[in-house]
Amino acid sequence: MAHVVEVRGLKKQFEKGDVLAVDGVDIATREGEYLVLLGPSGCGKTTLLRMIAGLEEPTEGEILISGNVVNGLPPRARGIAMVFQSYALYPHKTVLENITFPLKATKIDRYARREKADWAAGLLGIGELLDRKPRHLSGGERQRVALARALVRDPSVFLLDEPLSNLDAKLRTSARDELKQFQERLGTTTIYVTHDQVEAMGLGDRIVVILKGKVRQIGPPEEVYSHPADTFVATFIGSPPMNLIDRGDHLLGFRPENFLPVEAIDSNGGNLLEVDVQVHRMEYLSGDRHIYATTSGLGSDDAHIIARIPATVNVAVAEDRAQRFAVHEKDLRFFDADTGLRTEPRPVRS
Amino acid sequence: MTQTDRADGVGTAPAGTLARDPDPRTAPPRRRLADREGVLAKLFLLPTAVYIIGLVAFPFVLAILFSFSDVTTGNPSLDFVGLRQWRTILGSRVFWTSFRNTITFTVISMALMVVISHVLATLLVKDFKGKWLVRFCVLLPWTTPVSLAAVSWLWLLNSIFSPIDWVLRWFGLIEANMYYLGRPVLAMGSIIAVHVWRIVPLATVIIMAGHMAIPGEIDDAAEIDGAGFWRKLREITIPLTLPITAVAVLFGAILTFADMTVVFILTRGGPTQATQVLSSWAFFKGIEGGDLAQGAAVALFLFPLLLAAAIAILRAVRRTEVM
Repeated sequence: MAHVVEVRGLKKQFEKGDVLAVDGVDIATREGEYLVLLGPSGCGKTTLLRMIAGLEEPTEGEILISGNVVNGLPPRARGIAMVFQSYALYPHKTVLENITFPLKATKIDRYARREKADWAAGLLGIGELLDRKPRHLSGGERQRVALARALVRDPSVFLLDEPLSNLDAKLRTSARDELKQFQERLGTTTIYVTHDQVEAMGLGDRIVVILKGKVRQIGPPEEVYSHPADTFVATFIGSPPMNLIDRGDHLLGFRPENFLPVEAIDSNGGNLLEVDVQVHRMEYLSGDRHIYATTSGLGSDDAHIIARIPATVNVAVAEDRAQRFAVHEKDLRFFDADTGLRTEPRPVRS
Repeated sequence: MTQTDRADGVGTAPAGTLARDPDPRTAPPRRRLADREGVLAKLFLLPTAVYIIGLVAFPFVLAILFSFSDVTTGNPSLDFVGLRQWRTILGSRVFWTSFRNTITFTVISMALMVVISHVLATLLVKDFKGKWLVRFCVLLPWTTPVSLAAVSWLWLLNSIFSPIDWVLRWFGLIEANMYYLGRPVLAMGSIIAVHVWRIVPLATVIIMAGHMAIPGEIDDAAEIDGAGFWRKLREITIPLTLPITAVAVLFGAILTFADMTVVFILTRGGPTQATQVLSSWAFFKGIEGGDLAQGAAVALFLFPLLLAAAIAILRAVRRTEVM
């Protein structure tokens, strides 16, 4: 089966500035997949999405949608629908007019347009709002209108550009859940851009981690989290980020939640790496304890380490005290000191 | 320890010494002139108030008094004659010609101004090479002194030496000269053309602000939604720039209604009053003809019209506020 969206060797250079905003990206979506483009601001993820949409022309490379090369085609001919960060609702049009606007460009008649708008509004629960103007809607309602406007186009792919970033934190969680359910119900391939790793982990079937216009890793959330391809992915994803300890020619990495007081860790037949740490500070965050400590036992002197002790572990940890912590050897990751790329496991004991 | 105590400013010196202490940390806080916003506000408003009363309100009241009197430059005594001057001008054929001309002049100028400045604004918000040069050229008429521009226009529209005629003849489009300022319709056309040339830069700058205020994502969304150039223009750009266009029209209409420069320079109202507008007629009658009372009445006739137009436009703007 053809990929819904595929990009090959995609590059984009803007006139001003000599850096490549997108630097040789190859991605192919799978049918019905929720693909998240994740990266810090300015990494080129939005440019990549805009090129797929047809709002920017690539400098080099090919974009295929449903198997056809669409380079040079205008957005309307690409079978895509896009939801913008600001939702970009037409402020002078009512909700109904906003939703039917894309249909006016197609040749379907007024009644069919209305029917389609009602269907989309019903699906998103905004049937009551059809006569309102966007300025009278809440952030969450605007987002649904934007989704409805995208939905009526029957696109083969949804392109979403940070659609949750304008919502307050509380609403964002429920909107994220709705977005996911919505996409699962429709089964339409979706490409979603965000800089928020929590959104990416929560929504994505696969995550594409992008830095400086280059793809650093593509994979399901578990894989990107547990087996980061390099030190950037290791520290960008996860909060607090993965601990990285300099050991000369390589870096030793492990997740804070895998680093626990020896009393609280069960070897389960595996090997444990035990080390003495000096605890400096402790934070309570949603029941978990974040321990900020230093250690000299893993290579470099006074290396900073963060440990995250889940609420279910009751072992006492005191500030300004030395304590013995441990991590499973299977949870250790190794990265090359020069390239930052993941390498084969190395002996951890000297 | 003494130093920290002093920094606190608490309990180090007896209360009586505080007033004499020059140290700003311990001196009691005082309000300066700059902190007294009520006084400042009045002070800052004073020049404007003087200006408005002296140069707007006083002449305005004087004009109203004049229009109900028989004052002339020859006899400056102010004798009240009731509505006589108003009856005279309303009974004059020239008045109604001027009135009609003023409306024609304003309506056509505004229509052309809106279309041309929207086209220019659309062009100027785009990125292209040499944009600064185009911008400069668009703004040039606004910065050119009227007297200088008048010389060029009088030459361009000259009955014998007009280069426009020359070009048209060269293309074989006309046989004889056009006499732009000598025929009623062409003269009005010339007046409108020169006036539009003068006010388009201002309108373009105003409307450009409106174009730039449309968020880029709205433009992108319209493109994604399959709107072509004309649909986008009709359904997105025009409605969203309507309030600011109304502001430009309000400015333009007032400038046009009250303006006599172009008429004065090009035709002085001729041929046979065909380009006479109310403001130029008021000038010719009141200042050049010396009949201050009638001149004032003609000029004041515009006032309620302008006021009504301004209120109507500003109301419309408030209603269509969309963002």
